[in-house]
Amino acid sequence: MKTQHEEDATALPSVLRFDAVGLNYKTRSGTTTALEGLNIDIAEAEFVSVLGPSGCGKSTLMKIASGLLPTTSGSAKLSGQVITGPNPEVGVVFQQPTLLPWKTVLENVLMPIRSLGLPQKQYRSRAMQLLDLVNLSDFANNYPYELSGGMQQRVGIARGLVHDPKVLLMDEPFAALDAMTRETMMGELQRIWMETRKSVLFITHSIPEAVFLSDRVVTLSQRPGRVIDDLRIDLPRPRQLQDMTSAEFGAHSARLRQLFVDMAKSADPQEATA
Amino acid sequence: MKATLQNIGLFLISGTLLILFWQFWVVWFEVPSYFLPSPEATGEALLYGLSGPYYPHIWATLSATLYGYVLGCGLAIVTGVIVAETPLVEKILTPYIVALQAIPKVALAPLIIVWFGYGLSSKVIMVAMICFFPVFVNVVVGIKATDANLISLFRAFSASRWMMLWHLKLPGAASMIFAGLQVSIVFALIGTIVTEFVASKLGLGVLISSSMTNLNVANMFAIIVLLAVLGIALNEIMRVVHRRVVFWESNRN
Repeated sequence: MKTQHEEDATALPSVLRFDAVGLNYKTRSGTTTALEGLNIDIAEAEFVSVLGPSGCGKSTLMKIASGLLPTTSGSAKLSGQVITGPNPEVGVVFQQPTLLPWKTVLENVLMPIRSLGLPQKQYRSRAMQLLDLVNLSDFANNYPYELSGGMQQRVGIARGLVHDPKVLLMDEPFAALDAMTRETMMGELQRIWMETRKSVLFITHSIPEAVFLSDRVVTLSQRPGRVIDDLRIDLPRPRQLQDMTSAEFGAHSARLRQLFVDMAKSADPQEATA
Repeated sequence: MKATLQNIGLFLISGTLLILFWQFWVVWFEVPSYFLPSPEATGEALLYGLSGPYYPHIWATLSATLYGYVLGCGLAIVTGVIVAETPLVEKILTPYIVALQAIPKVALAPLIIVWFGYGLSSKVIMVAMICFFPVFVNVVVGIKATDANLISLFRAFSASRWMMLWHLKLPGAASMIFAGLQVSIVFALIGTIVTEFVASKLGLGVLISSSMTNLNVANMFAIIVLLAVLGIALNEIMRVVHRRVVFWESNRN
Protein backbone atom coordinates (compact mmCIF):
# COMPACT_ATOMS: atom_id res chain seq x y z
CA MET A 1 0.00 0.00 0.00
CA LYS A 2 3.03 2.26 0.27
CA THR A 3 2.68 4.22 -2.94
CA GLN A 4 4.93 6.25 -5.17
CA HIS A 5 5.35 9.04 -2.61
CA GLU A 6 7.99 7.00 -0.80
CA GLU A 7 10.34 7.43 -3.75
CA ASP A 8 9.75 11.07 -4.59
CA ALA A 9 9.52 12.17 -0.94
CA THR A 10 13.12 11.11 -0.44
CA ALA A 11 14.04 14.47 -1.96
CA LEU A 12 12.91 16.25 1.21
CA PRO A 13 14.01 15.04 4.65
CA SER A 14 11.42 13.38 6.85
CA VAL A 15 10.29 15.49 9.79
CA LEU A 16 7.67 13.34 11.45
CA ARG A 17 7.62 9.62 10.99
CA PHE A 18 5.40 6.91 12.44
CA ASP A 19 7.23 3.62 12.24
CA ALA A 20 5.04 0.53 12.65
CA VAL A 21 3.21 2.32 15.47
CA GLY A 22 0.86 0.23 17.56
CA LEU A 23 -1.16 1.29 20.54
CA ASN A 24 -3.17 -0.83 22.96
CA TYR A 25 -5.06 0.34 25.93
CA LYS A 26 -6.81 -1.51 28.68
CA THR A 27 -10.54 -1.26 29.13
CA ARG A 28 -12.86 -3.06 31.50
CA SER A 29 -13.56 -5.74 28.91
CA GLY A 30 -9.88 -6.33 28.11
CA THR A 31 -7.31 -4.83 25.80
CA THR A 32 -8.35 -2.66 22.87
CA THR A 33 -6.02 -2.07 19.94
CA ALA A 34 -6.37 1.52 18.77
CA LEU A 35 -3.56 1.56 16.22
CA GLU A 36 -1.68 -1.29 14.58
CA GLY A 37 1.41 -1.31 12.37
CA LEU A 38 0.83 2.25 11.28
CA ASN A 39 3.36 3.93 8.99
CA ILE A 40 3.19 7.58 8.00
CA ASP A 41 6.06 9.78 6.91
CA ILE A 42 5.72 13.54 6.74
CA ALA A 43 8.40 15.48 4.89
CA GLU A 44 9.56 19.00 5.52
CA ALA A 45 7.00 21.63 4.50
CA GLU A 46 4.51 18.90 3.63
CA PHE A 47 0.81 19.15 4.47
CA VAL A 48 -0.54 15.70 5.27
CA SER A 49 -4.12 15.03 6.27
CA VAL A 50 -5.16 11.94 8.15
CA LEU A 51 -8.67 10.92 7.29
CA GLY A 52 -10.57 8.19 9.02
CA PRO A 53 -13.92 7.08 10.42
CA SER A 54 -14.87 7.98 13.98
CA GLY A 55 -12.99 5.99 16.57
CA CYS A 56 -10.17 4.93 14.23
CA GLY A 57 -7.54 6.46 16.48
CA LYS A 58 -6.92 9.70 14.59
CA SER A 59 -6.72 11.73 17.77
CA THR A 60 -4.59 9.05 19.40
CA LEU A 61 -2.12 9.60 16.59
CA MET A 62 -1.93 13.23 17.47
CA LYS A 63 -1.40 12.48 21.16
CA ILE A 64 1.48 10.20 20.22
CA ALA A 65 3.05 12.83 17.98
CA SER A 66 2.79 15.49 20.67
CA GLY A 67 4.44 13.17 23.18
CA LEU A 68 1.43 12.89 25.46
CA LEU A 69 0.97 9.18 24.90
CA PRO A 70 3.72 6.55 24.53
CA THR A 71 3.35 3.92 21.81
CA THR A 72 3.00 0.26 22.80
CA SER A 73 4.94 -0.92 19.75
CA GLY A 74 6.93 0.75 17.00
CA SER A 75 8.00 4.35 17.36
CA ALA A 76 7.20 7.91 16.39
CA LYS A 77 10.19 9.98 15.38
CA LEU A 78 10.70 13.68 15.07
CA SER A 79 13.66 14.58 12.84
CA GLY A 80 14.97 11.06 13.40
CA GLN A 81 14.69 11.22 17.20
CA VAL A 82 12.25 8.91 18.95
CA ILE A 83 9.52 10.97 20.64
CA THR A 84 9.52 10.26 24.37
CA GLY A 85 7.65 13.28 25.68
CA PRO A 86 6.41 16.77 24.84
CA ASN A 87 8.80 18.48 22.46
CA PRO A 88 9.29 22.18 21.68
CA GLU A 89 9.57 21.32 17.96
CA VAL A 90 5.87 20.47 17.96
CA GLY A 91 2.96 22.89 17.89
CA VAL A 92 -0.60 21.76 18.55
CA VAL A 93 -4.04 23.05 17.59
CA PHE A 94 -7.04 21.34 19.08
CA GLN A 95 -10.64 20.86 18.00
CA GLN A 96 -11.78 23.42 20.56
CA PRO A 97 -9.91 26.75 20.60
CA THR A 98 -8.89 25.95 24.22
CA LEU A 99 -7.98 29.56 24.98
CA LEU A 100 -7.57 30.78 28.53
CA PRO A 101 -10.55 33.10 29.15
CA TRP A 102 -8.63 35.16 31.72
CA LYS A 103 -5.80 36.04 29.33
CA THR A 104 -5.83 38.45 26.41
CA VAL A 105 -5.41 37.20 22.86
CA LEU A 106 -1.72 38.17 22.86
CA GLU A 107 -1.10 36.49 26.22
CA ASN A 108 -2.81 33.38 24.92
CA VAL A 109 -0.58 33.32 21.86
CA LEU A 110 2.46 33.68 24.12
CA MET A 111 1.34 30.87 26.44
CA PRO A 112 3.65 28.21 24.87
CA ILE A 113 6.58 30.62 25.23
CA ARG A 114 6.00 30.95 28.95
CA SER A 115 5.35 27.25 29.24
CA LEU A 116 8.56 26.32 27.43
CA GLY A 117 10.52 28.81 29.53
CA LEU A 118 11.54 30.97 26.55
CA PRO A 119 12.07 34.74 26.90
CA GLN A 120 8.62 36.29 26.45
CA LYS A 121 9.87 39.73 25.48
CA GLN A 122 11.75 38.39 22.48
CA TYR A 123 8.74 36.51 21.22
CA ARG A 124 6.30 39.39 21.60
CA SER A 125 6.97 40.79 18.15
CA ARG A 126 6.75 37.32 16.63
CA ALA A 127 3.40 36.83 18.36
CA MET A 128 2.22 40.13 16.92
CA GLN A 129 3.37 39.10 13.43
CA LEU A 130 1.46 35.84 13.76
CA LEU A 131 -1.65 37.71 14.90
CA ASP A 132 -1.20 39.84 11.82
CA LEU A 133 -0.89 36.68 9.73
CA VAL A 134 -4.20 35.36 11.06
CA ASN A 135 -5.75 38.84 10.60
CA LEU A 136 -6.25 39.49 14.29
CA SER A 137 -3.68 42.17 15.06
CA ASP A 138 -6.44 44.58 16.08
CA PHE A 139 -7.62 42.12 18.73
CA ALA A 140 -4.31 41.51 20.53
CA ASN A 141 -5.58 43.06 23.77
CA ASN A 142 -9.10 41.66 23.62
CA TYR A 143 -10.28 38.73 25.65
CA PRO A 144 -11.36 35.46 24.02
CA TYR A 145 -15.02 35.94 24.95
CA GLU A 146 -15.06 39.03 22.73
CA LEU A 147 -14.14 36.93 19.67
CA SER A 148 -16.22 34.69 17.40
CA GLY A 149 -15.55 30.95 17.16
CA GLY A 150 -13.58 31.30 13.93
CA MET A 151 -11.47 34.11 15.37
CA GLN A 152 -10.77 32.08 18.50
CA GLN A 153 -9.58 29.17 16.41
CA ARG A 154 -7.27 31.51 14.46
CA VAL A 155 -5.78 32.59 17.81
CA GLY A 156 -5.25 28.87 18.46
CA ILE A 157 -3.37 28.54 15.16
CA ALA A 158 -1.16 31.54 15.96
CA ARG A 159 -0.46 30.01 19.37
CA GLY A 160 0.51 26.70 17.76
CA LEU A 161 3.07 28.51 15.59
CA VAL A 162 4.48 31.01 18.08
CA HIS A 163 7.54 29.04 19.18
CA ASP A 164 8.42 28.29 15.56
CA PRO A 165 7.95 24.51 15.70
CA LYS A 166 8.98 22.19 12.87
CA VAL A 167 5.64 20.42 12.88
CA LEU A 168 2.13 21.67 13.46
CA LEU A 169 -0.34 19.05 14.66
CA MET A 170 -3.96 19.94 14.06
CA ASP A 171 -6.74 17.81 15.51
CA GLU A 172 -9.96 18.57 13.61
CA PRO A 173 -9.41 22.28 14.17
CA PHE A 174 -12.51 23.34 12.26
CA ALA A 175 -14.89 20.67 13.51
CA ALA A 176 -16.56 22.99 16.00
CA LEU A 177 -17.19 25.75 13.45
CA ASP A 178 -20.23 26.32 11.27
CA ALA A 179 -20.05 25.36 7.58
CA MET A 180 -19.47 28.86 6.20
CA THR A 181 -16.75 29.75 8.72
CA ARG A 182 -15.17 26.40 8.03
CA GLU A 183 -14.73 27.15 4.33
CA THR A 184 -13.24 30.56 5.08
CA MET A 185 -10.88 28.97 7.58
CA MET A 186 -9.75 26.41 4.98
CA GLY A 187 -8.66 29.26 2.72
CA GLU A 188 -7.05 31.03 5.66
CA LEU A 189 -5.13 27.95 6.74
CA GLN A 190 -3.83 27.37 3.22
CA ARG A 191 -2.58 30.96 3.10
CA ILE A 192 -0.95 30.67 6.54
CA TRP A 193 0.66 27.39 5.60
CA MET A 194 1.99 28.78 2.31
CA GLU A 195 3.58 31.66 4.20
CA THR A 196 5.07 29.61 7.03
CA ARG A 197 5.78 26.31 5.23
CA LYS A 198 5.57 24.12 8.29
CA SER A 199 5.08 20.40 8.12
CA VAL A 200 1.46 19.83 9.07
CA LEU A 201 -0.30 16.74 10.35
CA PHE A 202 -3.95 17.60 9.90
CA ILE A 203 -6.51 15.29 11.39
CA THR A 204 -10.00 15.50 9.96
CA HIS A 205 -13.08 13.54 9.06
CA SER A 206 -14.01 15.87 6.22
CA ILE A 207 -13.06 14.69 2.71
CA PRO A 208 -13.32 18.13 0.99
CA GLU A 209 -11.25 19.72 3.77
CA ALA A 210 -8.55 17.08 3.36
CA VAL A 211 -8.43 17.34 -0.44
CA PHE A 212 -8.48 21.14 -0.44
CA LEU A 213 -5.65 21.55 2.04
CA SER A 214 -3.31 18.61 1.60
CA ASP A 215 -0.30 17.51 -0.37
CA ARG A 216 -1.19 13.99 0.70
CA VAL A 217 -4.25 12.42 2.24
CA VAL A 218 -3.65 9.34 4.36
CA THR A 219 -6.76 7.26 5.06
CA LEU A 220 -6.99 5.06 8.13
CA SER A 221 -9.10 1.96 8.54
CA GLN A 222 -11.56 1.39 11.31
CA ARG A 223 -10.12 0.34 14.64
CA PRO A 224 -7.43 -0.83 14.87
CA GLY A 225 -6.29 2.07 12.71
CA ARG A 226 -3.95 1.18 9.87
CA VAL A 227 -3.08 3.13 6.74
CA ILE A 228 -5.25 1.84 3.90
CA ASP A 229 -4.61 4.59 1.38
CA ASP A 230 -2.09 7.33 0.72
CA LEU A 231 -3.26 9.75 -1.94
CA ARG A 232 -1.12 12.54 -3.40
CA ILE A 233 -3.07 15.68 -4.27
CA ASP A 234 -1.24 17.54 -7.03
CA LEU A 235 -3.69 20.38 -7.55
CA PRO A 236 -1.86 23.69 -8.05
CA ARG A 237 -1.71 26.18 -5.18
CA PRO A 238 -3.10 28.48 -4.06
CA ARG A 239 -6.28 26.49 -4.42
CA GLN A 240 -9.51 28.44 -4.56
CA LEU A 241 -12.79 27.45 -2.95
CA GLN A 242 -14.40 27.34 -6.42
CA ASP A 243 -11.81 24.71 -7.44
CA MET A 244 -13.74 22.36 -5.21
CA THR A 245 -16.19 21.89 -8.06
CA SER A 246 -13.44 20.99 -10.58
CA ALA A 247 -13.24 17.53 -12.15
CA GLU A 248 -9.85 16.74 -10.55
CA PHE A 249 -11.04 17.76 -7.11
CA GLY A 250 -14.13 15.65 -7.68
CA ALA A 251 -12.06 12.64 -8.72
CA HIS A 252 -9.91 12.78 -5.61
CA SER A 253 -12.95 13.21 -3.37
CA ALA A 254 -14.75 10.36 -5.10
CA ARG A 255 -11.82 8.01 -4.57
CA LEU A 256 -11.67 8.84 -0.87
CA ARG A 257 -15.41 8.56 -0.49
CA GLN A 258 -15.34 5.12 -2.10
CA LEU A 259 -12.89 3.99 0.59
CA PHE A 260 -15.39 4.99 3.24
CA VAL A 261 -18.26 3.29 1.46
CA ASP A 262 -16.23 0.07 1.31
CA MET A 263 -15.31 0.39 4.97
CA ALA A 264 -18.92 0.88 6.01
CA LYS A 265 -19.95 -2.19 3.97
CA SER A 266 -17.37 -4.45 5.54
CA ALA A 267 -17.94 -3.18 9.05
CA ASP A 268 -20.41 -4.32 11.61
CA PRO A 269 -23.21 -1.73 11.29
CA GLN A 270 -23.18 -1.06 15.03
CA GLU A 271 -19.48 -0.27 14.92
CA ALA A 272 -19.99 2.15 12.04
CA THR A 273 -22.22 4.39 14.11
CA ALA A 274 -20.04 4.20 17.21
CA MET B 1 -29.53 50.60 35.78
CA LYS B 2 -33.19 51.54 35.45
CA ALA B 3 -34.18 48.17 36.86
CA THR B 4 -31.85 48.69 39.84
CA LEU B 5 -33.39 52.07 40.62
CA GLN B 6 -36.83 50.52 40.41
CA ASN B 7 -35.80 47.74 42.79
CA ILE B 8 -34.41 50.23 45.28
CA GLY B 9 -37.60 52.31 45.03
CA LEU B 10 -39.81 49.27 45.65
CA PHE B 11 -37.67 48.24 48.61
CA LEU B 12 -37.90 51.70 50.17
CA ILE B 13 -41.69 51.80 49.79
CA SER B 14 -42.28 48.28 51.14
CA GLY B 15 -39.79 48.85 53.98
CA THR B 16 -41.49 52.08 55.04
CA LEU B 17 -44.90 50.40 55.00
CA LEU B 18 -43.59 47.50 57.07
CA ILE B 19 -42.11 49.83 59.71
CA LEU B 20 -45.31 51.89 59.85
CA PHE B 21 -47.35 48.71 60.27
CA TRP B 22 -45.03 47.57 63.08
CA GLN B 23 -45.29 50.96 64.83
CA PHE B 24 -49.10 51.01 64.67
CA TRP B 25 -49.35 47.41 65.83
CA VAL B 26 -47.24 48.10 68.92
CA VAL B 27 -49.16 51.31 69.77
CA TRP B 28 -52.64 49.98 68.99
CA PHE B 29 -52.34 46.73 70.92
CA GLU B 30 -50.21 48.26 73.66
CA VAL B 31 -47.55 45.58 73.28
CA PRO B 32 -45.17 45.81 76.25
CA SER B 33 -41.71 47.05 75.21
CA TYR B 34 -39.94 44.11 76.93
CA PHE B 35 -41.76 41.84 74.47
CA LEU B 36 -41.75 43.77 71.19
CA PRO B 37 -40.25 47.25 71.14
CA SER B 38 -41.60 49.79 68.68
CA PRO B 39 -39.48 50.82 65.69
CA GLU B 40 -39.15 54.15 67.44
CA ALA B 41 -37.63 52.54 70.56
CA THR B 42 -35.38 50.36 68.39
CA GLY B 43 -34.21 53.44 66.50
CA GLU B 44 -33.50 55.27 69.71
CA ALA B 45 -31.49 52.34 71.07
CA LEU B 46 -29.56 52.12 67.83
CA LEU B 47 -28.77 55.83 67.76
CA TYR B 48 -27.69 55.78 71.37
CA GLY B 49 -25.48 52.75 70.73
CA LEU B 50 -23.93 54.31 67.67
CA SER B 51 -23.19 57.49 69.60
CA GLY B 52 -20.38 55.55 71.32
CA PRO B 53 -21.08 52.47 73.43
CA TYR B 54 -21.32 50.04 70.45
CA TYR B 55 -17.99 50.76 68.85
CA PRO B 56 -15.65 48.55 70.92
CA HIS B 57 -18.12 45.72 70.37
CA ILE B 58 -18.49 46.31 66.65
CA TRP B 59 -14.73 46.37 66.35
CA ALA B 60 -14.34 43.17 68.39
CA THR B 61 -16.92 41.32 66.30
CA LEU B 62 -15.73 42.63 62.97
CA SER B 63 -12.03 42.02 63.57
CA ALA B 64 -12.61 38.48 64.85
CA THR B 65 -14.82 37.78 61.83
CA LEU B 66 -12.30 39.08 59.31
CA TYR B 67 -9.20 37.50 60.91
CA GLY B 68 -10.99 34.19 61.20
CA TYR B 69 -12.28 34.46 57.67
CA VAL B 70 -8.88 35.20 56.18
CA LEU B 71 -7.23 32.45 58.23
CA GLY B 72 -9.89 29.83 57.48
CA CYS B 73 -10.18 30.63 53.79
CA GLY B 74 -6.41 30.88 53.34
CA LEU B 75 -5.90 27.48 54.95
CA ALA B 76 -8.76 26.07 52.90
CA ILE B 77 -7.20 27.23 49.64
CA VAL B 78 -3.74 25.90 50.48
CA THR B 79 -5.06 22.57 51.81
CA GLY B 80 -7.51 22.29 48.92
CA VAL B 81 -4.74 22.71 46.36
CA ILE B 82 -2.51 20.15 48.09
CA VAL B 83 -5.35 17.63 48.40
CA ALA B 84 -6.47 18.11 44.78
CA GLU B 85 -2.92 17.80 43.47
CA THR B 86 -1.59 14.89 45.53
CA PRO B 87 -3.73 11.74 45.61
CA LEU B 88 -1.78 10.30 48.55
CA VAL B 89 -2.49 13.31 50.78
CA GLU B 90 -6.10 13.15 49.66
CA LYS B 91 -6.34 9.51 50.74
CA ILE B 92 -4.79 10.23 54.12
CA LEU B 93 -6.76 13.38 54.92
CA THR B 94 -10.20 12.55 53.53
CA PRO B 95 -11.54 10.52 56.51
CA TYR B 96 -10.53 13.26 58.97
CA ILE B 97 -11.95 16.00 56.83
CA VAL B 98 -15.23 14.15 56.42
CA ALA B 99 -15.44 13.53 60.18
CA LEU B 100 -14.65 17.13 61.02
CA GLN B 101 -17.14 18.36 58.47
CA ALA B 102 -19.87 16.21 59.99
CA ILE B 103 -19.52 17.87 63.43
CA PRO B 104 -21.64 21.00 63.85
CA LYS B 105 -18.74 23.40 64.41
CA VAL B 106 -20.71 25.58 66.85
CA ALA B 107 -20.85 22.57 69.18
CA LEU B 108 -17.11 23.00 69.63
CA ALA B 109 -17.43 26.61 70.82
CA PRO B 110 -17.39 25.82 74.59
CA LEU B 111 -14.37 23.56 74.14
CA ILE B 112 -12.51 26.19 72.18
CA ILE B 113 -13.23 28.76 74.87
CA VAL B 114 -11.88 26.37 77.52
CA TRP B 115 -8.69 26.05 75.49
CA PHE B 116 -8.20 29.55 74.16
CA GLY B 117 -9.98 31.85 76.61
CA TYR B 118 -12.48 34.68 76.35
CA GLY B 119 -10.55 36.84 73.91
CA LEU B 120 -10.02 37.24 70.21
CA SER B 121 -8.25 33.92 69.58
CA SER B 122 -11.24 31.72 70.45
CA LYS B 123 -13.46 33.60 68.03
CA VAL B 124 -10.85 33.57 65.27
CA ILE B 125 -10.42 29.80 65.60
CA MET B 126 -14.17 29.22 65.60
CA VAL B 127 -14.69 31.39 62.54
CA ALA B 128 -11.76 29.81 60.71
CA MET B 129 -13.21 26.34 61.26
CA ILE B 130 -16.63 27.36 60.02
CA CYS B 131 -15.21 29.12 56.95
CA PHE B 132 -12.86 26.30 56.04
CA PHE B 133 -15.20 23.73 54.55
CA PRO B 134 -17.22 25.63 51.96
CA VAL B 135 -14.01 27.01 50.50
CA PHE B 136 -12.02 23.80 50.80
CA VAL B 137 -14.64 21.71 49.02
CA ASN B 138 -14.94 24.21 46.19
CA VAL B 139 -11.17 24.46 45.73
CA VAL B 140 -10.84 20.68 45.42
CA VAL B 141 -13.82 20.30 43.09
CA GLY B 142 -12.84 23.35 41.04
CA ILE B 143 -9.26 22.20 40.51
CA LYS B 144 -10.31 18.67 39.64
CA ALA B 145 -12.82 20.01 37.13
CA THR B 146 -10.10 21.63 35.00
CA ASP B 147 -10.85 21.21 31.28
CA ALA B 148 -9.04 18.09 30.05
CA ASN B 149 -8.33 19.75 26.70
CA LEU B 150 -6.55 22.61 28.41
CA ILE B 151 -4.51 20.17 30.48
CA SER B 152 -3.47 18.37 27.26
CA LEU B 153 -2.54 21.71 25.75
CA PHE B 154 -0.38 22.69 28.72
CA ARG B 155 1.27 19.29 28.76
CA ALA B 156 1.94 19.39 25.02
CA PHE B 157 3.75 22.69 25.56
CA SER B 158 5.88 21.15 28.35
CA ALA B 159 4.27 23.21 31.12
CA SER B 160 5.65 22.64 34.61
CA ARG B 161 3.35 21.55 37.39
CA TRP B 162 3.60 24.98 38.96
CA MET B 163 2.75 26.73 35.68
CA MET B 164 -0.21 24.40 35.21
CA LEU B 165 -1.47 25.16 38.71
CA TRP B 166 -0.91 28.91 38.66
CA HIS B 167 -1.91 29.71 35.11
CA LEU B 168 -4.55 27.10 34.47
CA LYS B 169 -6.05 25.25 37.43
CA LEU B 170 -6.38 28.07 39.94
CA PRO B 171 -7.82 30.68 37.56
CA GLY B 172 -10.08 27.96 36.14
CA ALA B 173 -11.35 27.18 39.63
CA ALA B 174 -11.61 30.84 40.61
CA SER B 175 -15.33 31.09 40.06
CA MET B 176 -16.04 28.09 42.28
CA ILE B 177 -13.57 29.26 44.91
CA PHE B 178 -15.32 32.62 45.06
CA ALA B 179 -18.68 30.92 45.41
CA GLY B 180 -17.22 29.23 48.51
CA LEU B 181 -15.77 32.50 49.77
CA GLN B 182 -19.15 34.15 49.46
CA VAL B 183 -20.88 31.42 51.46
CA SER B 184 -18.15 31.59 54.09
CA ILE B 185 -18.36 35.32 54.74
CA VAL B 186 -21.91 34.89 56.02
CA PHE B 187 -20.89 31.82 58.05
CA ALA B 188 -18.02 33.80 59.53
CA LEU B 189 -20.35 36.28 61.18
CA ILE B 190 -22.43 33.43 62.60
CA GLY B 191 -19.27 31.87 64.07
CA THR B 192 -18.27 35.05 65.83
CA ILE B 193 -21.70 35.73 67.30
CA VAL B 194 -22.13 32.16 68.56
CA THR B 195 -18.74 32.20 70.26
CA GLU B 196 -19.62 35.53 71.84
CA PHE B 197 -22.90 34.07 73.11
CA VAL B 198 -21.04 31.27 74.86
CA ALA B 199 -18.51 33.48 76.61
CA SER B 200 -16.57 36.53 75.59
CA LYS B 201 -15.44 39.88 76.90
CA LEU B 202 -16.49 42.06 73.99
CA GLY B 203 -18.60 41.82 70.84
CA LEU B 204 -22.08 42.30 69.48
CA GLY B 205 -22.98 38.77 70.57
CA VAL B 206 -22.01 39.72 74.14
CA LEU B 207 -24.26 42.77 73.89
CA ILE B 208 -27.21 40.67 72.71
CA SER B 209 -26.86 38.20 75.58
CA SER B 210 -26.42 40.95 78.19
CA SER B 211 -29.48 42.74 76.78
CA MET B 212 -31.37 39.49 77.20
CA THR B 213 -30.45 39.37 80.89
CA ASN B 214 -31.69 42.96 81.33
CA LEU B 215 -34.78 42.36 79.18
CA ASN B 216 -33.62 45.29 77.06
CA VAL B 217 -35.30 43.98 73.93
CA ALA B 218 -35.02 47.30 72.08
CA ASN B 219 -31.25 47.02 72.32
CA MET B 220 -31.38 43.43 71.02
CA PHE B 221 -33.39 44.63 68.06
CA ALA B 222 -30.96 47.44 67.41
CA ILE B 223 -28.00 45.04 67.35
CA ILE B 224 -29.83 42.59 65.11
CA VAL B 225 -30.47 45.42 62.67
CA LEU B 226 -26.80 46.35 62.87
CA LEU B 227 -25.76 42.72 62.24
CA ALA B 228 -28.06 42.53 59.25
CA VAL B 229 -26.42 45.64 57.80
CA LEU B 230 -22.93 44.24 58.48
CA GLY B 231 -23.84 40.89 56.92
CA ILE B 232 -25.26 42.51 53.82
CA ALA B 233 -22.24 44.79 53.47
CA LEU B 234 -19.71 41.94 53.80
CA ASN B 235 -21.62 39.81 51.35
CA GLU B 236 -21.87 42.68 48.90
CA ILE B 237 -18.14 43.40 49.14
CA MET B 238 -17.37 39.76 48.33
CA ARG B 239 -19.79 39.83 45.43
CA VAL B 240 -18.07 42.85 43.91
CA VAL B 241 -14.61 41.35 44.46
CA HIS B 242 -15.81 38.12 42.84
CA ARG B 243 -17.08 39.97 39.77
CA ARG B 244 -13.88 42.00 39.48
CA VAL B 245 -11.48 39.10 39.87
CA VAL B 246 -13.36 36.53 37.80
CA PHE B 247 -14.23 39.15 35.17
CA TRP B 248 -14.37 36.66 32.31
CA GLU B 249 -17.32 34.76 33.79
CA SER B 250 -19.70 37.71 33.98
CA ASN B 251 -18.71 38.86 30.50
CA ARG B 252 -19.37 35.51 28.89
CA ASN B 253 -22.65 35.67 27.04
